[in-house]
Amino acid sequence: MTELFPNINIAYGEIFLSFGALMLLMIGVFKNNSVNLVSWIAVGLIAVTLFLTVAAGSEQTYTFSNLFVADGFTRFMKVLVLLAAALAVIMSREFFRLEGDERFEFPILLVLATVGMMVMVSANDLMSLYMGIELQSLSLYVLAAFKRDSERSTEAGLKYFVLGALSSGILLYGCSLIYGFIGSTNFSSIAVALSNMGESGPPIGAIVGLVFVLSGLAFKISAVPFHMWTPDVYEGSQTPVTAFFAVAPKVAALALLSRTLYVPFGEMSGSWSQVVIFMSVASMLLGSFAAIMQTNIKRLMAYSSIGHVGFALLGLIAGNAEGLRGVMVYMFIYLIMNVGMFVCIMSMRRKEDGMVEDIKELSGLSKNHPIMAAFISIFMFSLAGVPPLAGFFAKWYVIIPIVNAGYFSLAVVAVLASVIGAYYYIRIVKVMYFDEPAEEFVPQKSKPMKIIATLLAILVLAFIIPQISGPVIESASSAALTLRQN
Amino acid sequence: MEIGIEHYLTVAAMLFTLGVFGIFLNRKNVIIILLSIELILLSVNINLVAFSSYMGDMVGQIFTMLILTVAAAEASIGLAILVVYFRNRGSIAVEDINLMKG
Repeated sequence: MTELFPNINIAYGEIFLSFGALMLLMIGVFKNNSVNLVSWIAVGLIAVTLFLTVAAGSEQTYTFSNLFVADGFTRFMKVLVLLAAALAVIMSREFFRLEGDERFEFPILLVLATVGMMVMVSANDLMSLYMGIELQSLSLYVLAAFKRDSERSTEAGLKYFVLGALSSGILLYGCSLIYGFIGSTNFSSIAVALSNMGESGPPIGAIVGLVFVLSGLAFKISAVPFHMWTPDVYEGSQTPVTAFFAVAPKVAALALLSRTLYVPFGEMSGSWSQVVIFMSVASMLLGSFAAIMQTNIKRLMAYSSIGHVGFALLGLIAGNAEGLRGVMVYMFIYLIMNVGMFVCIMSMRRKEDGMVEDIKELSGLSKNHPIMAAFISIFMFSLAGVPPLAGFFAKWYVIIPIVNAGYFSLAVVAVLASVIGAYYYIRIVKVMYFDEPAEEFVPQKSKPMKIIATLLAILVLAFIIPQISGPVIESASSAALTLRQN
Repeated sequence: MEIGIEHYLTVAAMLFTLGVFGIFLNRKNVIIILLSIELILLSVNINLVAFSSYMGDMVGQIFTMLILTVAAAEASIGLAILVVYFRNRGSIAVEDINLMKG
């Protein structure tokens, strides 16, 4: 008997996590007060999936009739996605307990979104690309509107849904054009078909289709000019949801974008590099300028994430393995900084007002909560890219490849944008250390939150030590080589 | 007149444009936005089926089935979010969706 699914072992992680989510639903429905249990099982499931993903190896392997691929690149990106998901579940526990709004659906939706992201990272066909994106987005729409008695949360969900559905539509229209003009939906077949076109070049319909697909994906990573939803959704959603939105979907969508640009459309790099350069420059500049005016810290993090996506896209413009390594290292460091910062944001809680989100509430924090102020300063300096913190190396590893590739003016713009961005990050440090103290916050009691914040802060500080950064950079280099040989 | 692939593509392109304009120009009701989204997805389906039959390749039709299924799930989630939104605000007028700005 021939095997029905050869090499199915590379998809064990996704399969396990999907069945795990269904099992969690059963536990949640049939057992009373099961929030705690469901959350910790969800963390356990993610941990086992992490193990299965790493065990799948870094050899390039296809399964499900070439719809699904696993290699070193997917392994690296999936590890990031799973880490972000696990941290988001752990962080959400304390938040929902204090809000008195514990529902078991939260970890389950988060796990389902994670399955979608893993499929996105491993997609090797326009069909699996679409399926992954939708599995992710449908769960995220619900998560955005999770606080269903809040006007802001439901408004965030509605906005995210309308714009997300529009972007999926645009992406699909692009997929249909690519299918029609190239004749296949499979990434490998598209690459072969494009390299056989020779002198005449790709048909105009395929270029239009590629631009549509790029627009749809730019929406998912919230790159300018498709960023409009980001600040509203980040502000309206509950903080643990925002913390998840800011990291995991971006990592997954950026991985998908890298594969789409490098594998099937590597031959058309002349057509897409202009578009990516525009998105990157516009995102970096908008992320720096628009954040200056913000008073809400979650909104500020939204603009900051737009800016960071602009920087990460720089690595793709270089178009080689070195640039790709930059993107991967950038996403790793971005994950550390952002999750750490959101742990601090979740600690901004007063006895009578509950969660507060205004930047001015942080004033004089160093006098009341010196440790929290120190953590926020570390993360802020790192997000600004001040050496010797991790954020500086993130920028270093994407700017060096574009300089080597000859895009000097782009590198100058990137450095300038990072200098302007430093203003609003460092302003927060100024507010904390030099302004009149505001009322005290409720001290953070949760052990897991303290441990996460401390570990991430140490990682940010210690990234300069080669023994710590070396393994990350090496695994990123070898992973990048599996996607792009030069 | 023979109806060829270009006619199908034109119809699909027109539906797609109508859908996109329906989302951006409509100032009245969120339900119309949901209808426009369905219109966009249907235009994609027409495109895929037309290409599939033109090339004699089944993949396009499989893709269409996938899109139909996902569109149903998407519409149900959209309507559910719309219902909770209506419960909070008592209105689904597009111009009222403005709590967060800037």
